[in-house]
Amino acid sequence: MTMDVTAEVIADVDALVCERGHDIEAIVLGASAGGIGALLTILAPLPATLPIPIVIVLHVAEDKASRLVEVFSHHLAPQVRLAEDKAYVATDTVYFSSAGYHLSIEKGRWFSLSREEPRYFSRPAIDFLFTSAADAYGGALLGVLMTGANEDGAEGLAAIARAGGVTVVQDPDEAEFATMPLAALKLLRPDRILSLQQIRTLIYRLEIPDAG
Amino acid sequence: MPKNEATLDIELPLLMEAIYRKYSYDFRNYSLASQKRRVIHALRQMECPSVSELQARILREPETFLQLLQYLTIPTTEMFRDPDYFLSLREKVVPLLRTYPSLKIWIAGCSTGEELYAMAILLKEEGLLSRSIIYATDINPAVLEKARKGIFPLNRMRAYSANYQAAGGKNAFSDYFTAAYDAAIFDRSLCENVTFADHSLATDSVFSETHLISCRNVMIYFNHELQDRVLELFHESLCHRGFLGLGSKENLEFSRWGSFFEAVDKPWRVYRKK
Ligand SMILES: C[S@@+](CC[C@H](N)C(=O)[O-])C[C@H]1O[C@@H](n2cnc3c(N)ncnc32)[C@H](O)[C@@H]1O
Repeated sequence: MTMDVTAEVIADVDALVCERGHDIEAIVLGASAGGIGALLTILAPLPATLPIPIVIVLHVAEDKASRLVEVFSHHLAPQVRLAEDKAYVATDTVYFSSAGYHLSIEKGRWFSLSREEPRYFSRPAIDFLFTSAADAYGGALLGVLMTGANEDGAEGLAAIARAGGVTVVQDPDEAEFATMPLAALKLLRPDRILSLQQIRTLIYRLEIPDAG
Repeated sequence: MPKNEATLDIELPLLMEAIYRKYSYDFRNYSLASQKRRVIHALRQMECPSVSELQARILREPETFLQLLQYLTIPTTEMFRDPDYFLSLREKVVPLLRTYPSLKIWIAGCSTGEELYAMAILLKEEGLLSRSIIYATDINPAVLEKARKGIFPLNRMRAYSANYQAAGGKNAFSDYFTAAYDAAIFDRSLCENVTFADHSLATDSVFSETHLISCRNVMIYFNHELQDRVLELFHESLCHRGFLGLGSKENLEFSRWGSFFEAVDKPWRVYRKK
């Protein structure tokens, strides 16, 4: 039974990669409470070379944020960096946003930081990254919204959908905190609702297209 | 041209062009992502159904433009924000500033003045305030007016006091203001040599022979082109080996002008003209 589900899942993810995978040029991930564990799970298998950059907004307390890069560098093969103001988005990199600043991607595909008011009590806001990335990448974007205890990210994911990008929401039954995925499901019908294992497979297949 | 460009993406640059031609405020080279959010926010607050309609209104009603200006500029600020920056100025820059008989210091994009008062306090404690001329500039006349008054919410003083101590403050922070109801009224003598000026980094020229320019969290709202312009301006304004301080998440790495400055304290974004 489990075997079948897994095979089915891989077939489904492969279908998605086949359908849309060739034109995905960036991946944006959003998570809040429970996010560190979830991100470590989905990013762990990635190799050092990533053709598609990954940009993450994870809500954490300001004093802990500076350690994110350290923690993830320790566990992941690709280079992990803070997205710096005015730097161009580069491949082979997993980016986190700096605490206390909103992170956006401009149309020229460079990062911009800003100190606008917090959104849902958080700065960075997932909505701002997702919405700006949708403007910058249009249909060539995959957005994934995961566990979290507030409603940030739902509008951003809807913007990605409107721009023709691929949208994935973590299965709320499985998410450590379901509020964030549920808020997204209230606002849109994503392309897929997936478990962490499935999200992990999806990202892996996108990053390593010829993996068996 | 991209086909089916979103209406908003057509309207936004037209609005900025209209503002520039009518009021000479140049927002055409700001980062677009936050600018777009600011305009959408302004539409809601000003109960305007579309950017085109907002444009029609601001062209005819200067007071509506002034209202919009409050949304377009982001005034977020604090006293001794990033205390380590001020500590770095104290320890690494002040000793060199001491060698000049008189000083010119430029706080560019000073917003409501918190950064200015922090700088004045620092200079006073280091015995440099009386020989300094400080230019405090911003494009938003409303924030400049607040900066001139030097009255801040009393409930922020506890946090500012902690910042002040962490920034190497030498006295009691409360020495510098008088509490009146819910306001902290800052000592007027801090501003004796301050010139407040409506000045745009996007369109105006420089103050000459400055020794230190502090321009924090202003260029993050600019695109590469405008950042280049501003850094060229600063390079021209600074005296030989003058200092430049930026916000803690800003950098010179992605500008053509970066190589004309060297880092004095890279983590805290203190640079020096080569
Ligand atoms: C986020 S505040 C920074 C305040 C202070 N420097 C700090 O770091 O706490 C940005 C300020 O830059 C000003 N500003 C924006 N564009 C400007 C321009 N072209 N020239 C001068 N000031 C500008 C805004 O009006 C606003 O007050």
